[in-house]
Amino acid sequence: MIRFILLQNRQGKTRLAKYYIPLEDSEKHKVEYEVHRLVVNRDPKYTNFVEFRTHKVIYRRYAGLFFSMCVDITDNELAYLECIHLFVEILDHFFSNVCELDLVFNFHKVYLILDEFILAGEIQETSKRAIIERMGELEKQE
Amino acid sequence: MNPFSSGTRLRDMIRAIRACKTAAEERAVVRKECAAIRSAISENDQDYRHRNIAKLMFIHMLGYPTHFGQMECLKLIAASGFPEKRVGYLGLMLLLDERQEVLMLVTNSLKQDLNHSNQYIVGLALCALGNICSAEMARDLAPEVERLLLTRDPNIKKKAALCSIRIIRKVPDLAENFLSPAASLLKEKHHGVLIAGVQLCTDLCKVSVEASNYLRKNCTEGLVRILRDVSNSPYAPEYDIAGITDPFLHIRLLRLMRMLGQGDSDTSEYINDILAQVASKTESNKNAGNAILYECVETIMGIQATSGLRVLAINILGRFLSNRDNNIRYVALNMLMKAVAVDSQAVQRHRTTILECVKDSDASIRKRALELVFLLVNDTNAKPLTKELIDYLEVSDQDFKGDLTAKICLIVEKFSQEKKWYIDQMLKVLSLGGNFVKDDVWHALIVAISNAPDLQGYSVRSLYRAFRTSSEQVSLVRVTVWCLGEYGEMLVNNVGMLEVEEPMTVTESDAVDVLEACLTRYSSDIATRSMSLIALLKLSSRFPPTSERIKQIITMHKGSVALELQQRAIEFNSIIQRHQNIKSSLVERMPVLDEPAYIGKRASSSQANIVADKSSQPSSTATTLKFPNGVTKPPAAPLVDLLDLGSDDSSVPTSTSNDFLHDFLGIGLTNSPSSGIAPSGGTDILMDLLSIGTPVPNDTAPKVVPNQGFAPTTKPTPTTIQVMDLLDGLPSNGSLPGSQTPVYPSITAFESSTLKIMFSFTKQPERPHVSKIHATFVNMSSDAYTDFVFQAAVPKFVQLHLDPASSNQLPASGNGTITQTLTVTNSQHGQKALAMRVRMPQDTEPSSLAIKNQRQVPVPVGLFTPSIWIRCVTNLFALPG
Repeated sequence: MIRFILLQNRQGKTRLAKYYIPLEDSEKHKVEYEVHRLVVNRDPKYTNFVEFRTHKVIYRRYAGLFFSMCVDITDNELAYLECIHLFVEILDHFFSNVCELDLVFNFHKVYLILDEFILAGEIQETSKRAIIERMGELEKQE
Repeated sequence: MNPFSSGTRLRDMIRAIRACKTAAEERAVVRKECAAIRSAISENDQDYRHRNIAKLMFIHMLGYPTHFGQMECLKLIAASGFPEKRVGYLGLMLLLDERQEVLMLVTNSLKQDLNHSNQYIVGLALCALGNICSAEMARDLAPEVERLLLTRDPNIKKKAALCSIRIIRKVPDLAENFLSPAASLLKEKHHGVLIAGVQLCTDLCKVSVEASNYLRKNCTEGLVRILRDVSNSPYAPEYDIAGITDPFLHIRLLRLMRMLGQGDSDTSEYINDILAQVASKTESNKNAGNAILYECVETIMGIQATSGLRVLAINILGRFLSNRDNNIRYVALNMLMKAVAVDSQAVQRHRTTILECVKDSDASIRKRALELVFLLVNDTNAKPLTKELIDYLEVSDQDFKGDLTAKICLIVEKFSQEKKWYIDQMLKVLSLGGNFVKDDVWHALIVAISNAPDLQGYSVRSLYRAFRTSSEQVSLVRVTVWCLGEYGEMLVNNVGMLEVEEPMTVTESDAVDVLEACLTRYSSDIATRSMSLIALLKLSSRFPPTSERIKQIITMHKGSVALELQQRAIEFNSIIQRHQNIKSSLVERMPVLDEPAYIGKRASSSQANIVADKSSQPSSTATTLKFPNGVTKPPAAPLVDLLDLGSDDSSVPTSTSNDFLHDFLGIGLTNSPSSGIAPSGGTDILMDLLSIGTPVPNDTAPKVVPNQGFAPTTKPTPTTIQVMDLLDGLPSNGSLPGSQTPVYPSITAFESSTLKIMFSFTKQPERPHVSKIHATFVNMSSDAYTDFVFQAAVPKFVQLHLDPASSNQLPASGNGTITQTLTVTNSQHGQKALAMRVRMPQDTEPSSLAIKNQRQVPVPVGLFTPSIWIRCVTNLFALPG
């Protein structure tokens, strides 16, 4: 199960934070700070998995953004690495060559995409095309 | 009005915030916006509500408190249009969590939305429910979700399935309700629904055992079929990732199969084929393929697989290990640690690759590889593995050295079959990583060296060589210093050369140089310096020509600021200067430290200090004491007793075993007449040293002269500790209180020019194991002794009780006597003969005589050899500098 997903830039600003476990606001800030510290200093030739408290964080860096997913210790790390990549591809497709600014100004859409991709901490849909189509339909509803 | 399509206000706010240069500016902007939003809320503004909430969400993401917006979210959710609901639910998920009571108010809206005709709104509700519902909400809304599981729209279906996962996580009792809908989900074609359904089934298995049984019975076949289809499916562009169709579905299916096959042999057998197919067919050049293979291996390890399948799995892991990608290697090492428990043989084949991973640049890979290597060590591969690890120790990082040395030491200790190899490896480890080695490791090394007399010369020479190159490793220095002190003469005289050694000339002054360097070097700590001091003392006895130089070195430290060093320097200086006679006996070779006892003690206790251990030698005095120097003394020599030490003109006594230096020094003065300390077996001190009790009036017995140690004058302070080794084989006669006891002749236990001791014996017939000995001491010298104390020791199976002596003043020239009664109890009467032991420093071999306790057999007088030695050591601590 995914416990939370974080998108942070190099400076530590959180561009997206989705929690599937209950946490207070102060705890959330603490978590974000710690994960950022863990992830930002790691050498690229190290593994993409770090132990974090009693779970593990699987992260990957895309340009200036760190995509981190905190999962249970028994989960398949390589699968979640694929998951992160699929999410980035969806964002790329939706925003046409996504950059950080897109994510800042359209944060509500990013949340929508995420909610179509992952629900209750588990993967909901594996087809990029299906998710993009669905987003199109939702936009029409507005 | 869509707040996002016009995009002015929200975008403007975001732009304004991003334009702020300092944190204070940003705070000001945010504060203004919040105030505007708050006033809009209080005015109950409908039109801009969703824009305001969107702004609030952004502000929340920046980290500012936004509680005042929560009720607005609720109002938005209750609104009728899709856009409002959308923002409302989004705000709900972002600004609230399940622990807040406000959430309960949403339950009703959720219920209505779940029944809405607009499927997008139903989707919104399911999404919100699935992400943040609490247990009560779950219970309330479970029936709706169940119903929605059965709709036809795949979008709703998959959302409902995932929502159900959350419900059963929160309320496990409701699991049964979802069982059959979940099973029917597995018959769907849509991948999204399938994967959601598989995940739901997995969670059902986790939560309830009946669920897992049910699914096992009904769904296994279906699962295998799905996996086969998706694995064999042709290119499907929609789900294709790196040439594999929907790897996520593969992985979820494999995981569910693992849950169903765990512990169940039928299911395991059924899924064997498909696992083999997936394992061999999947390509592993991309991460997606590797992810599937990884899950496959986990499943194979988790169920009751055939051995062929297991071998296949371990081979896959072996392939992973040589992959260039760090992630893959890390994952493989993790799995291999679990696999070692299952099939250690197969993992051994990949030992070399694992060894390579120990040298990896990534710290977490190194750590895991080292642990795995440690699990794989056995008798056959211990030597090459150790060699590899030690080679790596040379080049490894500082922070890794600690772990590495600890593991190497463990391996070497556990698997060493010959002492020489053990010593060699430990020397190498100490030279490379001595600073990281724990104390009990090098203590064990010293115990081993002391137990291997033929390797002592080799050890001290190797240590000397190693010291020249790696003298900054503290543990190495300490071991070198100790060995130099103990076996210095082996180094100089090249004693016990092995064939593999090259000849090396080391002079005595070279050895002293080493110790001096240790003492004076800035980086040596107090413990090392203390050890150097005592090693110098030992060498001053072993290499007499260097004594003067050593004295100078030690004198330099008499004023040291460290108390321990100062004390040692002063005392040792005094020994060298004024007590040369007993110096060599003081610094005799250490007794062999009992290795099995040490290892046992070390296993049970945390720290076994070797210094403390010396005194834990078993107290069986029946064992022969080891004298590595091989110095022997003719039997007549014992008569040259320690009393000679009382005079200053004695020559330097030949070195004999001085095992009990510390014991004697520790025992100290037993001045007062008191009841004797009954010696029991297993006491720490090697000899049972008993003090003399109250005087027993006796006839004119020759006088006994106590040993003063240093000065013949009567001095109260230095009391002598005399250990009599009485080997009494004769029955005594005379001096018996009239009874029907058999008569045993009395013997002269000891006689010399300065002291004479007579023993007479009595026994009571009804207690044959108890013998009474009446000892009489006569002073044969011309000096009177004021603090005469008699002590004796007996073997373990004998108990000795000393009554108080008649006095502790022994006038000179036989003008008076001291008498004392000893009661000896032989617990093995009839099996073993009585023996008492006394030893003198000049003697090498204590000869022991057993007292034959058979009353019927008189033991001839000749059997009693007058080999009695008295040992005296004065308490050095009492001496001024």
